[in-house]
Amino acid sequence: MYLLDVRGLTKHFGGIRAIEDVSFRVREGSIVSIIGPNGAGKTTLFNCLTGLTKPTKGEVHLSDAAITGLPSYRVVALGVARTFQNIRLFREMTVLDNVLVSQHLKIRSGLVAAVIRGKEFLSEEKTAREKAFEYLDFVGLSDSAHIVSSNLPYGDQRRLEIARALATEPVLLLLDEPTAGMNPQETGELMEIIKRLQRLGKTIVLIEHDMKVVMGISETIVVLDHGVKIAEGNPEEIRNDPMVIEAYLGG
Amino acid sequence: MKGLNQFFIVLWFSILFLPFTGIKASLMLFTLLSSCVLLFRVFMKYGKGVREGVRRLRKRMDGVKMNPSTRPIVFSLLAGCLFCLPFIAQNYLLDISILAGIYAILALGLNIVVGFTGLLNLGYVAFYALGAYTYALLNVKVGLGFWQALPLGIGLTGLAGFILGVPALRLKGDYLAIVTLGFGEIVRLVLNNWDSLTNGPNGVSGISPPYLFGMPLGILNRYYYLVLLALIVTYGVVGRVHESKIGRAWIAIREDEISASTMGINTTRYRLYALVFGSLWAGLAGALFAAKMQFVSPESFTFMESVLILSMVILGGLGSLPGVVVGAVILVMLPEVLREVQSYRMIALSVGLIAMMIFRPQGLLGGLAKGR
Repeated sequence: MYLLDVRGLTKHFGGIRAIEDVSFRVREGSIVSIIGPNGAGKTTLFNCLTGLTKPTKGEVHLSDAAITGLPSYRVVALGVARTFQNIRLFREMTVLDNVLVSQHLKIRSGLVAAVIRGKEFLSEEKTAREKAFEYLDFVGLSDSAHIVSSNLPYGDQRRLEIARALATEPVLLLLDEPTAGMNPQETGELMEIIKRLQRLGKTIVLIEHDMKVVMGISETIVVLDHGVKIAEGNPEEIRNDPMVIEAYLGG
Repeated sequence: MKGLNQFFIVLWFSILFLPFTGIKASLMLFTLLSSCVLLFRVFMKYGKGVREGVRRLRKRMDGVKMNPSTRPIVFSLLAGCLFCLPFIAQNYLLDISILAGIYAILALGLNIVVGFTGLLNLGYVAFYALGAYTYALLNVKVGLGFWQALPLGIGLTGLAGFILGVPALRLKGDYLAIVTLGFGEIVRLVLNNWDSLTNGPNGVSGISPPYLFGMPLGILNRYYYLVLLALIVTYGVVGRVHESKIGRAWIAIREDEISASTMGINTTRYRLYALVFGSLWAGLAGALFAAKMQFVSPESFTFMESVLILSMVILGGLGSLPGVVVGAVILVMLPEVLREVQSYRMIALSVGLIAMMIFRPQGLLGGLAKGR
């Protein structure tokens, strides 16, 4: 059963071909890595998948729903969440509030309910907080709940991004270089988190440069170079692919 | 070296003011500022005990704010003081308090747009003017009372926010600021030139005060309670919305719009909500202003007024509810206190604001809002 189906995705910025006719499929519950040298179009691909940029051509399907070119808040509602390569937390908000924001779609009460502050509103807020703490617990941050998020150490900020994405209750999680800038120990912890996410039944697509992570956890690897998919396969196949070695792994 | 730098800043400042103030005043300003800088440096260097004390006090203040159990006590004490004010104060103080209350409502409204959502609105006075003129005209020309006209005024202001917002919110940052600035001017110019409806620069006079159960509220101490009530309602409603998913969405948009949209927030819609919801309060404040003055003219709604309200928000602390109220009170009271030095008060105000930007850029109470 394929959860994500990308067909002939193309994105041009003026004369620059950021992505050219990229197709791949992601099986439900699997971990797929996207690798490639800098400027290969990995992040642009993520932006196309999450509705931050409209693809020039091609289609993206999530299960049976076409999500091509939908605005990002609609894509989230259908179950795709992401993190960012250059951490994009709500910096002035507390850790807890960050995770509360991403439960936006789960909370029904509107303006009037917020002003009246009736039973339903309060119970909804309470549930949201409890859930927020669950997600923070999952990444090991519940002790830092009331800290302003920009004051968190770097590694914790990355984990908070994952908790925040998780709180939108996605089926598909797109992680953009989750271990960038982390030390080996933090990287190890993060790999653990990713594996636990898989056990929760989440499907994960990640962009990653750390080959130990990529080879260690992914079932399928997609290799991009200059916007074109040059290889796809399991870690063993990718390791021995001559084109990949030439373009990226460098022997 | 740092000391020398500050010295040059002071010198530059004094020279800047030379054409406006003359040599004597300029020299005085220089001496005054230099001694301030000197005192400040001495204080920073040797006043370890004092500094420690200030730090501890601030920490304790933060504690008071953050501890939810002491909040009702602080609020009820404050409410008690405000309630008793008309019994002890003279008309003069009461008059200023009413004005401060109206401005506090405006500042709370603008804070939604600028403080929470991070949209720079330089034409907020337009909504204030619309609220004031709606009540004025409905009262004088149609004969509606305050309570009938108020919802219409608020509704119209919200509608104006919507009409401005739909096209303007495609823009961001400085461009949005320019469009709102233009909107403010357009509204003022229309009021100034539509003689048949608004009586042009002569304004609308003979507006009646509100009545409550047949009792006129035109007397200062009665009107004071009306404004106080309006302020409390505004504060309560804005505060509650702030602590709901709507408020969180606004702040998320301010912090990072792209991130917010990938968390499921329809950012365009929520920016529009903020603009409309922020404008409503200007409608309320406008009606209160018109009913108090019993006279409105375009002169009361110049661009400077927008700047003043924005200064209140910035001074008090962007995004902090108690902060912007304090900011409004200070900026209304300050000119009264500085009445003696009438011609210098704009200078004093601007120096004060610049100093704020240097030493406390988050605003007076800005830091407290974070850990709520």
